[in-house]
Amino acid sequence: MARVVVDVMLKSEILDPQGEAVLGALPRLGVTDVASVRIGKRVEIEFDENAQDVEEQSRIIADQLLANPVIENFTVFVEPEAVEAA
Amino acid sequence: MSARIGIVTFPGSLDDRDAARAVYLGGAEPVALWHDDAQIHGVDAVWLPGGFSYGDALRCGAIARFSQVMDTVKAAAAEGMPVIGVCNGFQVLCESHLLPGALVRNAHLRYRNRPARLRVETDRTAWTSAFAAGTETVFPAKHGEGRYVADEATLDALEREGRVVFRYLDNPNGSMRDIAGVSNEAGNVVGLMPHPEHAVEALTGPSTDGLGLIASVLAHLSEGASR
Repeated sequence: MARVVVDVMLKSEILDPQGEAVLGALPRLGVTDVASVRIGKRVEIEFDENAQDVEEQSRIIADQLLANPVIENFTVFVEPEAVEAA
Repeated sequence: MSARIGIVTFPGSLDDRDAARAVYLGGAEPVALWHDDAQIHGVDAVWLPGGFSYGDALRCGAIARFSQVMDTVKAAAAEGMPVIGVCNGFQVLCESHLLPGALVRNAHLRYRNRPARLRVETDRTAWTSAFAAGTETVFPAKHGEGRYVADEATLDALEREGRVVFRYLDNPNGSMRDIAGVSNEAGNVVGLMPHPEHAVEALTGPSTDGLGLIASVLAHLSEGASR
């Protein structure tokens, strides 16, 4: 079964208020040496047993639905098939 | 015969009833449209209302874009049919690529609901022709994801082409260049974040300025009919 991970991140020029809020909270943990925090989404997709063109299909899913190219970038990572124990 | 304005109900739409009432008070006939029905039943214009279509899953408007009705709305918009999207409807129009840019979390992360003062920047759209450019209006705003963003080139093009339709006088969400509403190139598709449909009666709204949008589209439609 093919497993694909899609990471979706706001483009660097788009303000990420969630990341800013986290950054603002860090001093309360005693962490004062962080320059920037940005928050994105990780999407895990599991394809059917016999699915074809998994990477191509994942790119379509990411580009058309998971990410909005106006504000977000994405990366697609196809996880290597687990090797069956003999 | 009065113009028929279709109002789409998505799962999670909230302001479809108010939009229908505004259309009725403005002198047009509201027609209920359904997200899962590709037919738009001969309407003359379409209103995409506010709310939380599909629970705002993934991103506001992202799922609604793929609904049956939106294929038809997109085709009709390309033919020149007036289409307006308010709040979540604006988000749906951006996600559908009928309008440029995107609407993201308010810069201060808080949901903001209060009347918003807006300047009508252009009378050259199907939905603002009855206003004089520069008119100040007051519509209720109520959103958590209303910050308009686009790249600089897009913003410059919008300004240059007179496609910034509404601008905030007191920017409530961090929108770039105080933009509250924009139009497509042809001016038949308009999206705006605050709610004209909640500003149609003195009893319940901060103004009755919202009726101006209905008057505009009626004038636009009758102009088209007489051509």
